[in-house]
Amino acid sequence: MAKAKVTVPTPAEILPGISYKTPEKGWMDVKPDFRPGTYCNPANPKWLEWIGYPYPRAWHVTDEDWHLPSDWKETILQGMEDRLSRFRSLKLFFDICVRCGACADKCHFFLGTGDPKNMPVLRAELMRSVYKRYFKPAGRLLGQLAGARDLTEDVIKEWFFYLYQCTECRRCSLFCPYGIDMAEMTILGRELLSSIGINIEWTLASVAQCYDKGSHIGATPQAMKDMIDFFAEENERVTGIYTPITYNRKGAEILFVAPSGDYFADPGTYTFMGYMLLFTYLGLDYTISTYAGEGGNFGFFMSHEMGKRLNAKIYAEAKRLGVKWIIGGECGHMWRILNQYMDTWNGPADFLEMPVSPITGTKFENAATTRMVHISEFTADLIKHGKLKLDPMRNAHIKLTFHDSCNTSRGMGIFEEPRYIIKNVLPEGHFVDMPPNTIREKTFCCGSGSGFNADEYLETRLRGGLPRANAVRYVHEKYGVNHLGCICAIDRAVLPTLLGYWVPEVEVTGISELVGNALVFDEEIERTTDLRDRDLVGVGEAEEGVEAAEAAEEEE
Amino acid sequence: MATVEFKGKTFTVDEDGFLENLDQWSQEWVDYVKDSEGISQLTEEHWKVIQMLQDYYKKNGIAPMVRILSKVTGFKLKHIYELFPSGPGKGACKMAGLAKPTGCV
Repeated sequence: MAKAKVTVPTPAEILPGISYKTPEKGWMDVKPDFRPGTYCNPANPKWLEWIGYPYPRAWHVTDEDWHLPSDWKETILQGMEDRLSRFRSLKLFFDICVRCGACADKCHFFLGTGDPKNMPVLRAELMRSVYKRYFKPAGRLLGQLAGARDLTEDVIKEWFFYLYQCTECRRCSLFCPYGIDMAEMTILGRELLSSIGINIEWTLASVAQCYDKGSHIGATPQAMKDMIDFFAEENERVTGIYTPITYNRKGAEILFVAPSGDYFADPGTYTFMGYMLLFTYLGLDYTISTYAGEGGNFGFFMSHEMGKRLNAKIYAEAKRLGVKWIIGGECGHMWRILNQYMDTWNGPADFLEMPVSPITGTKFENAATTRMVHISEFTADLIKHGKLKLDPMRNAHIKLTFHDSCNTSRGMGIFEEPRYIIKNVLPEGHFVDMPPNTIREKTFCCGSGSGFNADEYLETRLRGGLPRANAVRYVHEKYGVNHLGCICAIDRAVLPTLLGYWVPEVEVTGISELVGNALVFDEEIERTTDLRDRDLVGVGEAEEGVEAAEAAEEEE
Repeated sequence: MATVEFKGKTFTVDEDGFLENLDQWSQEWVDYVKDSEGISQLTEEHWKVIQMLQDYYKKNGIAPMVRILSKVTGFKLKHIYELFPSGPGKGACKMAGLAKPTGCV
């Protein structure tokens, strides 16, 4: 089938069209409108074969027939029953909602699309109505009167459309008086879809690559080494400091795990250069692994089982190499998994030691069971103990605001550490927060998390990212902010696209990149540029001044 | 899988129009992408990029990161966009027959 060309409407076209009015028809009578730009492509069957997942086949979202397996209905209902028995949370979330609507306008996809089924209360109802029909006496008896409905192929299509319009960011849960976790329901709903062979390409391609080769980007060991060695040379060119890394080194004290986006895609690559500069500055005894070459975990976006499988590589490699503990880079969902799942999935990590900073002696007791420390915690601790010589003026061209990534902020409470680092590596007055309702635990999602980086999905991504971008625009216009900082590789991959659309004046940066800019080494060369080869404040003007003076002399 | 027919040849492509297999790559594929990309004339510079991408891919199993592509070819990113309007990934990699990048990219 020929693929429809995806064209994205302009901001001026999108904004007036977002309506929050009550639709004329009831929600059960409205089918999803699969327009190009608003849905993700199905997974290529070869990825399912790579990872041994069921029902690999070619199908198309806009086709009437999705070629579901003949027993799809039984599989879904059995899967629901199984999950209701294993996850008390699911049963609770189905039963407890009182439709108060506190969540309704908290979802970035609802704000950006105006589609009522993106109100978390209604998104959950898409599944809850089936739960009522088959698992609750009232629903069995009274059907639609009790808010129940039959499970049909149209329901499956609707689940697909809306469960893949939830980034599992959990902003709605924060406002729910009962704490109903929409992300949990989305995760389980996507598992059910996956059990009948419904998966999306962007997630599955990344999962299969990670399972087969070690990272979502599909880097072979030699490719990973080639890229990271390139950063060592680049660091030397810009700073005079060569920052070599050892790979798969047994006996190193620390295993460092980063999201693969950071050693492949800009601007994450500058963040990786920052990691290397910091670790070299400290003389840290660390290594990275080509097997556990991925901090992120797209498996989590399709099923708990696949998330667990990919996550297992980190501890397996830490054990094989005999390291004492692990530092993790600036990644989003990696930390959500670490904080909420890793211990029970693949722990206990009793073969590792309690993480202790070799520089400051700080014992990271928050990582007592996982034995894995966030780079921002590690760096903030170094600054707090005065262990880093920093020159904030090297970041004087940057006026920054900070995007709390959903997973590290709402998922595990990292609010202060990145801000503390930022304030120490930027000149005073160069950091400004966005409005309180859009940061920290109330942060707005980038709009593309949980596997939505795909191009074919651009319109919905840009709509979902509108509330985030709107807050960035506010601080840009009011305070002249020109950079958006973040500690997540998905953010670094998708926010440049989002801001390019809504606030093109603002660039995206990781926080370790700013640390790399500011770090003062004893034996460094004179720094004239930042890591991106942009002139430092004063350097360009001085040269222009000299050139102008020379030109004036020549004229004379 | 979708297929593309051009100048008597048939190519198997993924949903994004990338070749499923580099072995299928040929001059006809290059011509096909050139047309769909709206590139009027292929120059030595285009071929330098294609050659570099394929060499790197055969050796490393992945497309090079953009900064390495820039360094090896000597072309700044802006110039690569002038050569391939859809950019290094969607334009140049597609023409060179490489798989599209995945993950946090």
